Amino acid sequence: MSEQSYSNSEIQLVVFKLGREEYGVSILQVQEIKRITEITRVPHTPDYIKGVINLRGSVLPVIDLKKRLNLPQQESTEDARIIIVKVKEISVGMIVDAVSEVMTINEENIDTPNAVAGSVAANYLSGVGKLEDRLLILLNLETITGIGQELNPV
Amino acid sequence: MDVNQYMGMFLEESREHLQNLNSCILELENAPNNLAVLGEIFRSAHTIKGMSATMGFTTIAELTHEMENILDMLRKSQLSASPDIINTIFKCVDTLEQLVESVATNSESSIDSKPLISKLKALAKGEIIVAAVIEPQAEEIALQISNIEFNDTEIAVLNKARDQGMNAYEVHIHLREGCLLKSARSYMVMNALDEISEVIKTIPTAEELEKEKFDLSFQAIIVASCDVDKIQQTILSISEIEKVDAVPCILPENTAVSAVQQVKKVDAEIVPANAAATMSTNVDKKSKSGQSVRVDIDKLDALLNLVGELVINKTRLEQIGLTHKLVDLVETIEHMDRVTTDLQSVVMKVRMVSVGQVFNRFPRMVRDLSHGLGKEINLIIQGEETELDRTVIDEIGDPLVHLLRNSIDHGIETPEERQAQGKNPIGEVRLIARHEGNNVIIMVEDDGKGINPEIVKGIAVKKGLITQGEADKMETNEAVKLVFLPGFSTAEVVTDVSGRGVGMDAVKNKIESLGGMVDVETKINEGSKFKIRLPLTLAIIQALLVNVSDEIYAIPLGSIDSTINIKSSEIKTVQNKEVILLRGQIIPIVRLTDVLNIPESLEQPEELFVVIVHSGDFKAGIIVENLIGQQEIVIKSLGKLLAGIKVIAGATILGNGQVALIIDIASLIQ
Repeated sequence: MSEQSYSNSEIQLVVFKLGREEYGVSILQVQEIKRITEITRVPHTPDYIKGVINLRGSVLPVIDLKKRLNLPQQESTEDARIIIVKVKEISVGMIVDAVSEVMTINEENIDTPNAVAGSVAANYLSGVGKLEDRLLILLNLETITGIGQELNPV
Repeated sequence: MDVNQYMGMFLEESREHLQNLNSCILELENAPNNLAVLGEIFRSAHTIKGMSATMGFTTIAELTHEMENILDMLRKSQLSASPDIINTIFKCVDTLEQLVESVATNSESSIDSKPLISKLKALAKGEIIVAAVIEPQAEEIALQISNIEFNDTEIAVLNKARDQGMNAYEVHIHLREGCLLKSARSYMVMNALDEISEVIKTIPTAEELEKEKFDLSFQAIIVASCDVDKIQQTILSISEIEKVDAVPCILPENTAVSAVQQVKKVDAEIVPANAAATMSTNVDKKSKSGQSVRVDIDKLDALLNLVGELVINKTRLEQIGLTHKLVDLVETIEHMDRVTTDLQSVVMKVRMVSVGQVFNRFPRMVRDLSHGLGKEINLIIQGEETELDRTVIDEIGDPLVHLLRNSIDHGIETPEERQAQGKNPIGEVRLIARHEGNNVIIMVEDDGKGINPEIVKGIAVKKGLITQGEADKMETNEAVKLVFLPGFSTAEVVTDVSGRGVGMDAVKNKIESLGGMVDVETKINEGSKFKIRLPLTLAIIQALLVNVSDEIYAIPLGSIDSTINIKSSEIKTVQNKEVILLRGQIIPIVRLTDVLNIPESLEQPEELFVVIVHSGDFKAGIIVENLIGQQEIVIKSLGKLLAGIKVIAGATILGNGQVALIIDIASLIQ
């Protein structure tokens, strides 16, 4: 399931917020983090595709992560960011409510996603990281972006 | 030695030299005594041999070495370029191509070059002996030099017959005009000759005689003990014979020379201008290659991208200058504008490649195809210097192969059929490229039998592509275009060459995916003309930017006919579809808000802007809220994740950094 291969026992995560939950993706997959810019809607795409943006001359698709994960929608704030990740050589942007920090976590502290039944469908997850008083939901970017699967136009 | 770092260079240069070999050998076939061409062939072969030996590809080196031997003998006139030799050399080139490709794919080559090598060796040896035998004899008798080429066995038989006191004759038999059963007559003549003499050779060959592949006359070389009169009498006793000439046949002093003369004569009639043209282009090519630099195409793509960026930023600066009314800035930007425009056109030009790169592999293909089908075809290529963007060039090869194959297989008739219709037995296929405005036109024309609209209709009905009623109403022009429908194939017999029914619609799709169009014109018994219209480049286009409830879309200017201003009351409905009447023409209306799922603004304005667009023969009016203006846009792909979205052809970045989508007119209308 997990497409991040952790060669060391410690991995670095970019931690961000969606609503009140905290999520993480491997820092190796993150290209950059950008403020929200103008997003152009693209017709005939699934509703979780927010549109496309201009990233220094290239056109990138942007995913509304909360919609993708079926989380309740709310007004975006000043803290909202677009995290640009690279999955299988394809760059995709993801809108998140806020980016909080970069942290290091020991692999021992990551559970398989089945262990925790959260609000997010299990196949979008690659694991759950346990910290002293926090839980980090680790995302499986391949299933989330739909790269490698057929895009079903709505 | 680590050869890997030179691998790319080796492959590229080998392919270039092989291509060069192919075209040069074709030239040699037409003009066997052209020493300049031979020299060029020799040099290319030599380079391949040297490179492959250095890289350690011994099979390639061995084969080229043997080939070089033959070429060297040709060059020194020790050998004549007979069809057999030309074919063998062609086979060598094919095998070399396979070998090089197997090196490229790093696969174990299972190609066995041994038979070819031994054939080459035999050719080299066999013909030397012949040459050696003939030369002393040439001094003895030199009354009349025959135009006929002999192989060694034939020469041996002739020599032997002469030793036995028999005479060799060259018999020219002319059939009476209007003779119906030419093959039967020729068969009777040959039978009669067989009785009184020994037939050594006929021109054309016995097989071709049987198939009626000759005009009204043919020749036979015989050895007989009787005299000329007897031969003439015997043959004239057969009906429908116009006249018979028999002359004593003297062995040519040097087969090489005579063969050259014979072929040259034929050649001079058919393609004198052509040969000269190709030769001169070859010279051009060479002088150019001395000053060029080989650049990785990725680097060029990157360069183009950067220039695209620069154009976008320039536009942005322009806007800043205008909004803040900074005169100095506006002036500077005007200068910059000129420089960037020049820069852009230079970069575009760098990426341009002449269509000759695609065209130059066709003569060989046409030769092989026409030989295989027993047709005689003269391929005329014009405008090979016309330049197109590399991305287009890469894609255009397959459709052209398809069209050419169709012309040769279905279009051009057999020489007999052509003759029966009073046409030149040699068919003509023209491949023409030229500029036309911002487009490049490529035409494939033949003077064959044309496309019969009735047959086309019949097949389309039979295959269920259209109904009989539709077919009856259809006009000729429309009917012929049915060949572009998927699942259509006119060939009644599926041949090796074409007619698998995947043909024309694949051609059409490919060309449309390149932003081009394909059209066909045809006249029964006069030929067909396929016309491909392609954009010069796919990277930067002129577009009209339009506004639909806060969203901006770009419509390629190439598809726009006009823009008009109408009142909403002018929209009528016909069968529940909205249309407008424009200069007597009914044009269907497309509302972008519907097609693109744009949330509709509440107020319906009285005045509407309509952009009239076309795709092929279809027209439509697109209703937009506002026209923003015409602009040069750089086409960007939406990426793999969003590939295949209908109605959207791509995206572009506007001066303010915003992304605008480009509307795909063809899919919008159909």
